[in-house]
Amino acid sequence: MTTTVTHVHGDTHSPFALSHLDSLESEAVHIFREVAGEFERPVVLFSGGKDSIVMLHLALKAFWPAPVPFSLLHVDTGHNFPEVIEYRDRTVEKHGLRLHVASVQDYIDRGVLRERPDGTRNPLQTVPLTEAIQQHRFDAVFGGGRRDEEKARAKERVFSLRDEFSQWDPRRQRPELWQLYNGRHAPGEHVRVFPLSNWTELDVWQYIEREGIELPEIYFAHEREVFSRSGMWLTAGEWGGPKESEPVEKRMIRYRTVGDMSCTGAVDSDATTLQAVIAEITASRLTERGATRADDKLSEAAMEDRKREGYF
Amino acid sequence: MSTTAAEPLSATTLLRFATAGSVDDGKSTLVGRLLHDSKSVLVDQLEAVEHASRSRGQEAPDLALLTDGLRAEREQGITIDVAYRYFATPRRRFILADTPGHVQYTRNMVTGASTAELTVILVDARNGVVEQTRRHAAIAALLRVPHVVLAVNKMDLVGYEEAVFARIAEDFTAYATELGVPEVTAIPISALAGDNVVEPSATMDWYGGPTVLEHLETVPASHDLTGCHARLPVQYVIRPQTPEHPDYRGYAGQIAAGTFRVGQEITVLPSGRTSRISGIDLLGEPVDVAWTPQSVTLLLEDDIDVSRGDLVVPTGDAPATSQDVEATVCHVADRPLTVGQRVLLKHTTRTVKAIVKEIPSRLTLDDLSQHPEPGRLVANDIGTVRVRTAEPLALDAYADSRRTGSFLLIDPADGTTLAAGMAGESFASEKATVTADDDGWDF
Repeated sequence: MTTTVTHVHGDTHSPFALSHLDSLESEAVHIFREVAGEFERPVVLFSGGKDSIVMLHLALKAFWPAPVPFSLLHVDTGHNFPEVIEYRDRTVEKHGLRLHVASVQDYIDRGVLRERPDGTRNPLQTVPLTEAIQQHRFDAVFGGGRRDEEKARAKERVFSLRDEFSQWDPRRQRPELWQLYNGRHAPGEHVRVFPLSNWTELDVWQYIEREGIELPEIYFAHEREVFSRSGMWLTAGEWGGPKESEPVEKRMIRYRTVGDMSCTGAVDSDATTLQAVIAEITASRLTERGATRADDKLSEAAMEDRKREGYF
Repeated sequence: MSTTAAEPLSATTLLRFATAGSVDDGKSTLVGRLLHDSKSVLVDQLEAVEHASRSRGQEAPDLALLTDGLRAEREQGITIDVAYRYFATPRRRFILADTPGHVQYTRNMVTGASTAELTVILVDARNGVVEQTRRHAAIAALLRVPHVVLAVNKMDLVGYEEAVFARIAEDFTAYATELGVPEVTAIPISALAGDNVVEPSATMDWYGGPTVLEHLETVPASHDLTGCHARLPVQYVIRPQTPEHPDYRGYAGQIAAGTFRVGQEITVLPSGRTSRISGIDLLGEPVDVAWTPQSVTLLLEDDIDVSRGDLVVPTGDAPATSQDVEATVCHVADRPLTVGQRVLLKHTTRTVKAIVKEIPSRLTLDDLSQHPEPGRLVANDIGTVRVRTAEPLALDAYADSRRTGSFLLIDPADGTTLAAGMAGESFASEKATVTADDDGWDF
């Protein structure tokens, strides 16, 4: 049997080949510009984590030399790392952006939300998030979610329509064809937009290195007081840890993801530079979320269930 | 996350590909094998699969559970929706559109194929080319996926016999060629045993070609663009009006096809106004030349009226503008598309009102027969339509440009995506559009 394959190691010969980072960057910029062109009131979810930092960097490039035509929204669980809040405020200031903050603590103080027995506040973000979207009438909400993070997210569209309750219905998603994103929605509905859908954790880090993007220090190895819970190192602090049975120790650690202190685990690491972090991730045999997220371990469909309720 | 420890961090390219296969052809096993053998499945993911397999009473880890992400999919043991997977080798990054094989999910296969540069079509070596295989080949041809791989699976169940493979490969290649598929690569594999997926087979020494992964790593992902018609749909007008940039006025967009250069004379459609490119900004960096799929900002010598939805093309190389669109569509919504229906048509960055004037035919993918005047198209139907638009559109033939020859039909009432459209001739080969009465296909 003869086959018609021709073995060309073609990409290196084509003057028009783009590197994978250039392809991903170009696609993300296209998505930002589509939203700017089609929506009235977009907002970028900004947590001070690496994915939202990369999103903001891409938005700055997409509209250069004009300012980013979106405001930012942070859902503050009240248990955030101080370094991240400091980074957030400095970034907002530096780029002359407008920041909205939806505070989980406010909801708890007002008695609208109740603290969970396990102390994790990540699932409590959904109500403040959806109410902020309604209150400000945001019609497009950028999130830094990536499909490689989790198997329910692998099914997420780049433009993901949410009803007036912000709910995701995985069985009623619009097919997404070519690069023709359909952002039409009824009043009260909005679209979640994921420009980093096709990026992996390593892509994000390589892009951060290539572009020289500054990150909060907690992404790099540092000594920190931590305690062990459910096999993860959590930062000791006033948010509800440690219990008496959980001894605190000083360890050299860094964070692979940045949620809040109640659900984000640290990993043992001596990677103090970008190059060292990239080498560490490349060699890691654990996924980002598997290594560091407590909330995804609640059940096999934890993410799907939270997304259905309006989580991003 | 998915990398091998040896991966260099130099620039690699990206290949988007899709898989298609019938329910029991072993598609999930192939995908699982590709991910697993390329060391793209990490320990915690494998543990989750092992745990879930055990709790279902299965002895071996069911690799399909790696790819079935939704509760309903795991409950029913089938893939409902397209999922996207990511893996990498030292040579290349891959985005895999993992599409369901059920006939009722034709729209999902169309979705996966729309952005794919390559499609892997699976057949069971015991069954050979069956109706579903023909459907998959027809969709790949219709969507003009540049590279098609025929993976003849379950070779272990036919004694790894060369003659079995050769016959199936010949059958398929003949059919695909008639559809105008430009390139077919046939590979004998056993996804279950791992033959020729990532590692070369120890039992099929008669086969001298690449493994599936090797082929994915080396197939050209970008093409020579010098002969392509350059196209830039304007997405957004950038006007900072800041002290540093008081007069900056740039037309931002992703180059849909071809190349643009500084100094080039251009025409803006549909207005027909002309100017010259005075500068190209590539996300903040001035460049002399830019090409697809770069996202750029064009600066023009003259202050002409250009806005979102316009198409910038080289002067003298413009597509005809028209308010009458003839196209093949795949109907993707649950409610039908009918003659006389008012819709919105989204082409590149332009959305216009439109009305469905005629549905001349519906195509049966099984045998490529045309059924005249069906009156309507329902979910998963493929048919030809004539649409009249409220404003002129600069539409290329889909054969010339997948990006500027494609469009969506949208329900204006609630925004539902109704149909995926491809302008111009359906199949690359004229012979393929003859009716079922033609001999040569045995059903």
